[in-house]
Amino acid sequence: MKNSTLKMAAILLASTALVAGCGKKKVEQLPPAAEGTDYGQQPTDPNAGSGQITPGSQEDFVQSVGQFGDRIFFDTDRFNVDVEDQATLQRQAQWLGRYPNTRVIVEGHADERGTRDYNLALGERRANSAKNYLISIGVDASRIQTVSYGKERPSALGSDEQAWAQNRRAVTVTVQ
Amino acid sequence: MSLRSLTIALFTLLLPWAVQAQTVATPPAAEADEPELVEFDTAKTRSIAVPALVAPAPADTPAGNSAALGRQIAEVISANLRASGVFETQGPNGLRAVTIGEVAAPQFDYWKGRPVEQLVQGFVRVGGDGNLTVGCYLYDVGFGTETTRLGFNVPPRDWRRAAHKCADAIYSKLTGELPFFDSRIAYIAETGPKGKRIKRLAIMDSDGANHRFITNGQSTALTPRFSPNYKSILYLSYVDGNPRIYVYDIDAGRQRLITQSSNPTFAPRWSPDGQTILYSMAAAGNTDIYKISATGSGTPVKLTTSPSIDVGGSFSPDGRQIVFESDRSGSQQIYVMNADGSNQRRISFGSGRYATPEWSPRADLIAFTRIAGDFRVGTMRPDGSGERLLTDSWQDEAPTWAPNGRVIQFFRTAKGSGKTSIWQVDLTGSNERQLPTPVDGSDPAWGPVLP
Repeated sequence: MKNSTLKMAAILLASTALVAGCGKKKVEQLPPAAEGTDYGQQPTDPNAGSGQITPGSQEDFVQSVGQFGDRIFFDTDRFNVDVEDQATLQRQAQWLGRYPNTRVIVEGHADERGTRDYNLALGERRANSAKNYLISIGVDASRIQTVSYGKERPSALGSDEQAWAQNRRAVTVTVQ
Repeated sequence: MSLRSLTIALFTLLLPWAVQAQTVATPPAAEADEPELVEFDTAKTRSIAVPALVAPAPADTPAGNSAALGRQIAEVISANLRASGVFETQGPNGLRAVTIGEVAAPQFDYWKGRPVEQLVQGFVRVGGDGNLTVGCYLYDVGFGTETTRLGFNVPPRDWRRAAHKCADAIYSKLTGELPFFDSRIAYIAETGPKGKRIKRLAIMDSDGANHRFITNGQSTALTPRFSPNYKSILYLSYVDGNPRIYVYDIDAGRQRLITQSSNPTFAPRWSPDGQTILYSMAAAGNTDIYKISATGSGTPVKLTTSPSIDVGGSFSPDGRQIVFESDRSGSQQIYVMNADGSNQRRISFGSGRYATPEWSPRADLIAFTRIAGDFRVGTMRPDGSGERLLTDSWQDEAPTWAPNGRVIQFFRTAKGSGKTSIWQVDLTGSNERQLPTPVDGSDPAWGPVLP
């Protein structure tokens, strides 16, 4: 029991270090905030529009999970959920635990430096990785759908490593 | 069944060893084999003069006056032959008008005084039924002899097809290759900003003419493929929110799903006889390749079983083999299997990743995209030897073969802007040129020669 508490603390520490440090997948420069979650292309700024937010809404979800908390990032051609991703998905799962009737779609994306068909398959893999982790920590499988956009809906528009890192992502979007 | 499973298990076990052994044994590019691939020498381009076709009795048609059509047909013949990269062409602009009497009896002495080796002459007549009769003659200027003559009867709206048929006949006669100009291309027309591209299914002639949008862009369309009879198009659409393959009936303007599964389906391909559809489907995140009857009846047959991405695919012209891509080795590589899924074996062993294999209609080569930093289009033999790269740009992708297996189209993405364009290159890697499209274009798919 003590052991597992310790392990949890270690994971949390590690994830904090990754977020703050120079993890390979870290997105250095944040893209400008925009409205809505259109294909998870533009992360919603949780601090924007401090008016009323309906509990259980997409706005509520994004505010609760924090900036970039709606998405996890992947290395080139990879689809594994690492410790940092787990922390992000755990925050999503906590929110989903508060709204058990809300369903989500996990969108899988790839960067532009891949061929079209392969990227569709890769996006599907990434979306399923996120989905499977959410299921493993208690979210009911029937609440989670996946969709792959391959390289069709980039979030960052540049043609450089930084933009590609932002685009290799799985974004959780609530179904309203 | 259990024997089959055992074979696959053995294959999987042996694969890492096999891959390593062959990586050592096969050098990335078999230099010594390369000249074999170049079957016409572009340094010896032949010069062809194409004066305007003669309209002996000019008459109006729904496609314009026949005299104007005579000039336009010569322009298309000239442009087709020039774009093949094999010929230099002159005319119709800058060449003198030919009389109807000359069409069957050329003034060889006049043409011999010019830098011209071949001469194309012809006529356009409007028949009582309103159709055009297009006559087309090819002469060898040096020998002063007729090489071939052909006649085509077409409705006025199909005048370009008569020009393509004439150009095809000349091309075939002079190169010994099969024709390819009279064919069509399905592709994706792109507009809008990089983050929100609008992608529409569109079709056009092989030279970019007779362009037509099929879908309105409300849902993203990708990766079209013309059926061998040109009656329908396979493509991917997000029309119901998910990526799924539809068969679009061109005449009826209707489409249907190729399979009722709720899983995402993508990368559709026809078998050469049009009876079978090859596609990729993801189930629980894992993508495999399937085939199903094109009629929509019957159950899908799963052809790959590896726990990796197996995707795409292209039938050999005899329909007995399929070339496809898989990352089962750890990165995208090209594999060949029998059409029933048996005997899967890797054929690409060069540096980098290999994707989008397409079997040539001539069976002798496989075109691919090689990813090693930049994306380049190349060819290799079906056993993986004789690799050649034909293009060199930031991102060239998705080759598609001309029906004669001598020219390849692909699409090019610009770094930064993400703008796309369709390009064509011949098997020597020269004569690269952009196809005219009204907006940006990607995912070209070349159909067979029209009947």
